Amino acid sequence: MNKGPLWYIISFVVIVLIQVMLMNNIQFSGFINPYFYILFIILLPINIPRYLLLILGFVLGITIDIFSNTPGIHASATVFIAFLRPYIINSYNLDDQERMQIPSIANIGVKWFVKYVVIMIIAHHFFLFFIEVFSFSGFLHTLLRCILSSIFTFVFILISQFLIFRK
Amino acid sequence: MKNLLNFLLKFHHFILFVILEVISITFIVRYNNFQKVKFLNSSNAISGKVYTEINSVKEFFTLKKQNEKLAIENTNLRKELLSIKQAGLNVLPVHQLDSSNVKLIPAKVINNSVNKQYNYITLNKGYRQGVRPDMGVMCSDGVVGVIVNVSQNYSTALSVLNGRWSINSKLANSNYFGPLKWEGKNPYLAILNEIPYHVQVQEEDEVVTSGYSDIFPEGILIGRVVKVGHSKGENFQEIWVQLSTDFNNLNYVDIIQNSMNIEKRQIEKLTENE
Repeated sequence: MNKGPLWYIISFVVIVLIQVMLMNNIQFSGFINPYFYILFIILLPINIPRYLLLILGFVLGITIDIFSNTPGIHASATVFIAFLRPYIINSYNLDDQERMQIPSIANIGVKWFVKYVVIMIIAHHFFLFFIEVFSFSGFLHTLLRCILSSIFTFVFILISQFLIFRK
Repeated sequence: MKNLLNFLLKFHHFILFVILEVISITFIVRYNNFQKVKFLNSSNAISGKVYTEINSVKEFFTLKKQNEKLAIENTNLRKELLSIKQAGLNVLPVHQLDSSNVKLIPAKVINNSVNKQYNYITLNKGYRQGVRPDMGVMCSDGVVGVIVNVSQNYSTALSVLNGRWSINSKLANSNYFGPLKWEGKNPYLAILNEIPYHVQVQEEDEVVTSGYSDIFPEGILIGRVVKVGHSKGENFQEIWVQLSTDFNNLNYVDIIQNSMNIEKRQIEKLTENE
């Protein structure tokens, strides 16, 4: 079940809008800031060429950067997880049929999906928050922000799975 | 040559990764130069439009609060007007905003954040309405920020809650001045530095703009002192200031257009070269 380019263009726009309109407005005491948009990178087909994955990651990051006035910060983090993604996926033994698919709960199974998403979110958030602060001063504060935001991002991505891929 | 091509082909994704990361990090590090790249910030036409739409929905839910705020402001202004009338018109202080050099452009905040290290505000007025970079932004409660980027109909401003900026401010009752910078986490707290030890500072003292920079006229409220401490490794007091502007709830602001600025800059340039 592979979807055409149009589906990805629409989902790109929808995901960016959800991030900008809803998620960026969640501000509890400056701590929690879910970055739902990485769902787009998570959902790209498993057999996508690596260069395309990196370029799409960069485009997504720069788009989010433009909306939040942070040139480069989100782009560097999305490129980073786009680079990591093939290595994470290769660490699971998938057969050829599974490789043709989109990595979603419905296609790949809950356990696999949760592990994959958690690694992606943590890698992204840690990279993002530390590049934002650009130093290790206030390490604990940044760490706490990372962890709390990661949890929220995870919850939102999980919810989206049940909404998009309902059977 | 063939080996080189094979190498490039084999590691093409890694090389692409490094290139894209270098581009992103250049954006971050050389931020100030890239401000000139107009499309890379939220004052551009597309994101400005999106934020206007979002804001019109958001605004609906805060109408009641806004009304109350306006009513209070009205009362205060009326009070001030009465006291001026009673005292006679000639006693207006020179530095007040109603001098003819300073004009205010009303604007609406269409995007705002308080939870990042570098917070920005997007406003719905731009070049066509007379907004230019380096103009100050204030609201009825106090100082808000300074314009950095301007497009045809939108502009972005650094807010006080931005580590890249400090305001030239002074203590209202003693006139000692120093830079005021956001504390970094709490959107209500900032730190005023470079005040020498012999200056007596009390809690609740007012901190206002100094008027030494051309961004703000003198005497706009920034906040009130909450705590006085020692700064590490420096022979100055570290004064914690509670900001008077509530950045969590910012809707209508005024952009300060000071026509004397050009002249002021010219004369300052002359002395700089000496």
